[in-house]
Amino acid sequence: MDRADALDMVKEAISSVVPGAEVADLALDGEFREVLEMDSLDFLNFVEALSEMSGVRIDDEDTPRLTTLSASADFLVTHAR
Amino acid sequence: MAEFTMPSLGADMDEGTLQEWLVRPGDPVHRGDPVAVVETAKSTIEVECFHTGIMTKLLVEPGTTVPVGTPLALIEASEKSPPARQAPSEGEHAERAAPGDVREPPGALGAAPAPSTLTPRTPDHTEAGPLARRAAESRGVDLGSLHGSGPGGRVTRADVEHAAADRPGTGTPRTRVTPFARRLAAELGVELATVTGTGGNSAIRASDVRRAAPGSPPAVPAPVAGAVPLASSAPSPSGDRTGAMRQAIAALMSRANRDIPHYYLSTTVDMAAATDWLRAHNHRSPVGERLLPVALLLKAAALSAREVPDLNGFWTEDHFTAGDGVHLGVAVSLHGGGLVAPILHHADALPLSELMKVLKDLVTRARAGRLRGSEVSGASITVTNLGDQGAESVFGVIHPPQVALVGFGRVVDRPWAVDGLVGVRPVVTATLSADHRATDGAVGSHYLEAVARLLQHPEHL
Repeated sequence: MDRADALDMVKEAISSVVPGAEVADLALDGEFREVLEMDSLDFLNFVEALSEMSGVRIDDEDTPRLTTLSASADFLVTHAR
Repeated sequence: MAEFTMPSLGADMDEGTLQEWLVRPGDPVHRGDPVAVVETAKSTIEVECFHTGIMTKLLVEPGTTVPVGTPLALIEASEKSPPARQAPSEGEHAERAAPGDVREPPGALGAAPAPSTLTPRTPDHTEAGPLARRAAESRGVDLGSLHGSGPGGRVTRADVEHAAADRPGTGTPRTRVTPFARRLAAELGVELATVTGTGGNSAIRASDVRRAAPGSPPAVPAPVAGAVPLASSAPSPSGDRTGAMRQAIAALMSRANRDIPHYYLSTTVDMAAATDWLRAHNHRSPVGERLLPVALLLKAAALSAREVPDLNGFWTEDHFTAGDGVHLGVAVSLHGGGLVAPILHHADALPLSELMKVLKDLVTRARAGRLRGSEVSGASITVTNLGDQGAESVFGVIHPPQVALVGFGRVVDRPWAVDGLVGVRPVVTATLSADHRATDGAVGSHYLEAVARLLQHPEHL
């Protein structure tokens, strides 16, 4: 998986759990949870979607790293087989 | 002949707008089937009927606002249930998708019911993540018919896509359209083939048509004034909707503060055992089965309500009536502002995994504006949980006619004394707002003690 693919997956996962989110407008290094007012359930759904799309296992301990689009994409690239 | 009436979907509802019929005259209906979409000041609700029989006459046009209790339709009740519903055949699909609005029943009243053309409601026990569900919805694939290739038989998006590709006649997907949606599409000039349905079995609904209408912003329902009969009482534009929501909350909360002598209690609960247990559980579970702290908090709140039944029920006409079970209202904040409180029925009896699944589903649908009538009325006690981004404690206003509201703040690390030593532990502030007419502080204390005790043994929740 290259980084562009990873970034697309992160964006798609966000749109799938926050309908109507303007994902294209999100800053790469902005904290999307705050911007989109995602609560813990939204965030869990995001992790679930992202894990399913990428095939990368995301443990609870990893989730604090998924704060921005960039960080989430980096995480996927690092952990993809 | 039974009447299907405008239901009361909460203490704050005096009237509702019939937005859409989900059935037509002549359709067999079963007790519990959603038959109409009703818009209240706070949300859009799918309303179920309470009778089994044949829908004989629709009395109220979509777009009409009527007081609670007004007859909306007539149902000829049948002694025994109509034939079991089956997947409709191709012919029936064609018949059902034929142009035309609400029609009279095909035969004379009392004639044998036509074979059911209603969509079987898909049992929602298939394990699938949000992506797979979304893919299934947009491609019209019934999740229940798939064999999942993921861990534990979980249906993945790839399974859905394969199923969609394998399906014969993929080029011309069957389209199911509700009568109101069809009329609206004609009026707004929307090509139905271009619309993605979000209803049961991907049926296209009025809201889908509005979203697809030229010039309407995505995901925000456009005003439909002029698109339906009796336009003056048509559902309000989304801007007014926020105002209406605020007014409904204002009216109910003012009434609560005027009528209910609240008393407030608070206790801090050690969450070390609960978070340790949760971490271990989540570590060994696939992501779709992970639990959040809210699942433990809600279950503890529900079990405590069973243990202290004086707080679980209703204050009406100067006396308390105990609830017939623990029906836990859960306050859900909407992304556009406002609140709804869908209900976890018999929450005290739900295993944690089930509770979590039902909660996810309710919250998702509450935010998408797709709750059912039975999911918004009849809570016996309500919980407000601020989650991991909220304040540390919340003292809520009781939702009449209930007599208690439980609040949980954010789980935070704090210095905490254990066995004479101070350490850092995760703790949560649990609060209770209760009605002094129904109980006193001793009962309330008993309740919070139960919550704190139960959370020390998460494995028994």
